Amino acid sequence: MPHDPRARIIRRQSWGDFHLFRFESPALAASAKPGQFVMVRTAEGTDPLLRRPISLHDGGDGWMEIFFRVAGRGTALLAERKEGQTLDLIGPLGGGYQLDGEWSGRKAWLVGGGRGIAPLYFLGRALQVRGARVRVFYGGKTRAEIPLAGKFRDAGFDVACSTDDGSLGYRGFVTALLEKELAAGSPAGLFVCGPDPMMERTARLAQARNIPAQISLEAIMGCGFGACWGCVKRIKRQDGGKWRKICEDGPVFAADEIIWDEA
Amino acid sequence: MADLSADLGFLRLRNPVLTASGTFGYGLEFAPYLDLNRLGGIVVKGLYYGPREGNPPPRLVETASGLINAIGLQGVGVEHFAADVLPELRKYDTAVFVNVCGADNEEYLRVIDFLEGQDGIAGYELNISCPNVKQNGACPALFPEATRLIVAAARARSRRPLIAKLSPNVTSIVDIARAAEDGGADALSLINTILALAVDLETRRPKLGNIFGGLSGPAVKPIALRMTYQVAKAVHIPVIGMGGIMNGADALEFMVSGARAVQVGTANFVEPGAALRIVEEMAAWCDAHGVARVSDIVGTLQA
Repeated sequence: MPHDPRARIIRRQSWGDFHLFRFESPALAASAKPGQFVMVRTAEGTDPLLRRPISLHDGGDGWMEIFFRVAGRGTALLAERKEGQTLDLIGPLGGGYQLDGEWSGRKAWLVGGGRGIAPLYFLGRALQVRGARVRVFYGGKTRAEIPLAGKFRDAGFDVACSTDDGSLGYRGFVTALLEKELAAGSPAGLFVCGPDPMMERTARLAQARNIPAQISLEAIMGCGFGACWGCVKRIKRQDGGKWRKICEDGPVFAADEIIWDEA
Repeated sequence: MADLSADLGFLRLRNPVLTASGTFGYGLEFAPYLDLNRLGGIVVKGLYYGPREGNPPPRLVETASGLINAIGLQGVGVEHFAADVLPELRKYDTAVFVNVCGADNEEYLRVIDFLEGQDGIAGYELNISCPNVKQNGACPALFPEATRLIVAAARARSRRPLIAKLSPNVTSIVDIARAAEDGGADALSLINTILALAVDLETRRPKLGNIFGGLSGPAVKPIALRMTYQVAKAVHIPVIGMGGIMNGADALEFMVSGARAVQVGTANFVEPGAALRIVEEMAAWCDAHGVARVSDIVGTLQA
């Protein structure tokens, strides 16, 4: 069932503006892939009207997790939801990260900023299962924006953090930390999710070194399943550059497909 | 159970609920979420002759109980539609209306000429009212004579049912409605979106790439009801009402105001199964109120 109006929240954790909900959804858990997302209704009634796109953070036997940050009224209302209450969600949506090919023993570097870290846990676990050596670059403005560093470490990932104010890890942008590490050696693949300037910078670093990079784009979405054509980005393929739907054609694109200069 | 069928004169629909152009893709996107065979009909996303780029993002902004969009009618064009979409849609037992667009009068006619050779189309909805494709929302439906001329020209090209979709961004919707009727429209659909602006105070920039967009959703329903009522009283052809319909009661309010059928739009984004839920709620209301035929309530507003 792609539309689950009553997914029961079985656990929730909060760190300031950041929230993690675990909910029961056997159908979703059976089919969801890393990089996919759900469209979540934030409240009853018509204001807020639209659902919000939220990345799938992890999944297991009959359950899934979302991780999000309060960014406005909709997500603030969503954050009030308690254990035992339900979520109305549509998903899994989008194509997810491409994990084909041999990963055993190869290095996969994951780069996330702020709420953009959300899909990288699910992804890192999938790469781990394929035998990849997973390293996570996790950036935020302050240490308060990096609440999941311990969770990523506990999963066995090699985690490097950065903060703009130096309150945790490297002082500076996560892209600067990445650039420093790339000088010492390159991974077999980069996987990225975060604010647009960070993703654009990471894409350029990857392209300059011929490292395949997969970028998970974000957008305001009307529907999330390809019907409204509201969430487009200029994407270059054999048929030239076109506005493509982030929800349906993405949200994950190869770094060299994305034309950043246009909105 | 109440008889939900809707008689448009030129066509009898299974029920009065159509899905509105631009909010239901080409229909197939919704097949995983609802049984298309149970809809009154589908109005597919607007088609120009060729593929169309659409507007630069951001294309959407949410407002209080509303949505402003400036998609700019991005779409695949008639050839792709006829080759890849229409054969799939023909597998469903539902009335498919094509929303016909044109950069000028000639393009509307080229779209119709091309589609005349295609089976599986119940009729055309002439999109003379999209506010997002020209500067300041300009479109034929802002002017009675331009409306009459394009409707008449389209009428002369096809014997298929022709619905003219009207704009609310006018001083007198009744004048435009009469012009479309004079031009030979078989029915009118209204309202298209309301020309709107959203502002980012911090950057002092418009929130949409196109600056203006079209407002839809529950916020516009009272305006849409008023215009449906005015137009239904003024013309002799069927009126298809739309604007912010989220549930069966909303749809029935349009029918009481004079609409013989309705279109569900923005609700499809929020809840992809909304159109069928609305059909079920309309049936339940009729049963609870002893209404044997939903068509009996059309135009019964005591005013």
